[in-house]
Amino acid sequence: MELLLEPFGYQYMVKAIWVSALVGGVCAFLSCYLMLKGWSLMGDALAHAIVPGVALAYLLKVPYAAGAFFSGLLAALAMALVRVRTQLREDAVIGIVFTTFFAVGLLIVSINPTSVNVQSIVLGNILGISDEDVIQVAIIAFVSLTILLLRWKDLMLVFFDENQARAVGLSPTRLKILFFVLLSACTVAALQTVGACLVIAMVVTPGATAYLLTDRFGRLIAIAVAMGVTTSAVGAYASYFLDGSTGGLIVVFQTALFLLAFLFAPKHGRLGARRAARVGGAA
Amino acid sequence: MNREAAEIRPGQVPTPSIVISGVTVRYANGVTAVNDASFALGPGTICALVGVNGSGKSTIFKTLMGFLKPAQGLVSIAGMEVRAALKRGLVAYVPQAEEVDWTFPVLVDDVVMMGRYGHMGFMRLPRKADREAAEQALERVNMLEFRRRQIGELSGGQRKRVFLARALAQGGQVILLDEPFTGVDVKTEDQIVGLMRELRAEGRLMLVSTHNLGSIPDFCDQVVIVNKTVLAAGPTESTFTQDNLQKAFGGALRHFRLEGASLHADADERRVTVITDDERPLVFYGDRDHEKPAAGRKDGQP
Ligand SMILES: Nc1ncnc2c1ncn2[C@@H]1O[C@H](COP(=O)(O)OP(=O)(O)OP(=O)(O)O)[C@@H](O)[C@H]1O
Ligand SMILES: [Mg+2]
Repeated sequence: MELLLEPFGYQYMVKAIWVSALVGGVCAFLSCYLMLKGWSLMGDALAHAIVPGVALAYLLKVPYAAGAFFSGLLAALAMALVRVRTQLREDAVIGIVFTTFFAVGLLIVSINPTSVNVQSIVLGNILGISDEDVIQVAIIAFVSLTILLLRWKDLMLVFFDENQARAVGLSPTRLKILFFVLLSACTVAALQTVGACLVIAMVVTPGATAYLLTDRFGRLIAIAVAMGVTTSAVGAYASYFLDGSTGGLIVVFQTALFLLAFLFAPKHGRLGARRAARVGGAA
Repeated sequence: MNREAAEIRPGQVPTPSIVISGVTVRYANGVTAVNDASFALGPGTICALVGVNGSGKSTIFKTLMGFLKPAQGLVSIAGMEVRAALKRGLVAYVPQAEEVDWTFPVLVDDVVMMGRYGHMGFMRLPRKADREAAEQALERVNMLEFRRRQIGELSGGQRKRVFLARALAQGGQVILLDEPFTGVDVKTEDQIVGLMRELRAEGRLMLVSTHNLGSIPDFCDQVVIVNKTVLAAGPTESTFTQDNLQKAFGGALRHFRLEGASLHADADERRVTVITDDERPLVFYGDRDHEKPAAGRKDGQP
């Protein structure tokens, strides 16, 4: 028992747990939208596209989050622009833009070798997060969560049916930009917890899991956020004992939940579907 | 953002109308889909929009929805610019089936409620009036029993009716329907047409694109015939003629002409012309256009 409570005795662990939970929650919220549009890889792309921003920020001695945010946003807008102007498919557009950004980032880092610890970007370093970074991440997450809670229905309508959004007087373009701004900001926040390689899981898996469990968007968000918060907190907590990477553990827990849903979800899961077919056949 | 829409009171609903004058619409790839098109429609109207595939019907809808900006010409809805009319929730749109993501996790109820967003506050929390409007709309299209279904779990005709219910719940005075009868059986088609007649009696304006030429004289009082521009527009009796259709469709129509001997063995030299673009054939008796054309029925009733 004492052993189980041990992590809470260390400030850095407590910090890691609640910051991870917060970030996990917002990313899960965003995942509900991304997954439905087939934009899931966007989160991955953004996480890599952020590297040049971070490198430049170190170079110019401006806050690291600001640089990351602007290069993420730039990448998102570049993807949107290429998508609209050409008939290229999403995956190609995302691939081109994010590798370009990542390459520029590596170039900057290689010219100024001491400026950035690339490994902490790629793998995340929540256990060693500085108080300044905690404040940055917390502000990003709280602001994003508030905006999402206020506007989730409008965003849902834009993602479901742009014409109807227009017919009720909304501006789809403005709302989409809002969404990508939030996504860029949250990707920056997620980088700190799980690192660039695993951001993709944070912005895909919770939404995908919830999709198997419900047919209503409101519940989809609730389930995804609950899952994001829990897995992230538990992941951070467990990393104390396993001495493993926090990001890795969080994603492993998320994947485990996804597998459970995949097998046992009442309607869309494998076993559930089979049972329904049997019941339907017998009736 | 939607204050104006929320503030429309029943007494202030503007008279619906559509005026398109000298409108040219070009796509980003340089294709001019509609060139110098003009027509005008007033309240209490069901207007058919007909033309071959690629003649610009959907383009006209997109222009009315503010999705495409005309390169030239003016578009006005209820005497306002498109944007202003949209902001006031005056225009309701029933999409073509292909435009909808049927796997999206929303129930029938949720979709109909989307029509009410313009009436709700900033956070889109439905009030009693919104729930009632949604329920009534579902009732009117006979879909109340399906309200808890995910939208993909419906048949083609049921899906159409859900989106029609959304337009009703919105209370749009101008309703745009892009091919509402495609893949719909005769019973549902008659139901939709019945509903449209009711809406016309309420003074609303509906613009319907359809390939079912045969049913147009049944329920449309106006017709706009397009092929990259407006070829003819006006009341059905004077506009929906063999000549005009020939111009618009040319060889694209199946055209049967049964004359003299093959029709009947008497001296009556009138002939029957059957024109069919899609499912319900259009039948002309004789070669005089002003004789009221009779619509053929898919189910074989005269
Ligand atoms: N997004 C687009 N970009 C470029 N050209 C387009 C686009 N959409 C349509 N067009 C072109 O504009 C013309 C009009 O198309 P539109 O979709 O308005 O036809 P339609 O009358 O609705 O046809 P259908 O009966 O097949 O629905 C066509 O020649 C088409 O190729
Ligand atoms: Mg069309």
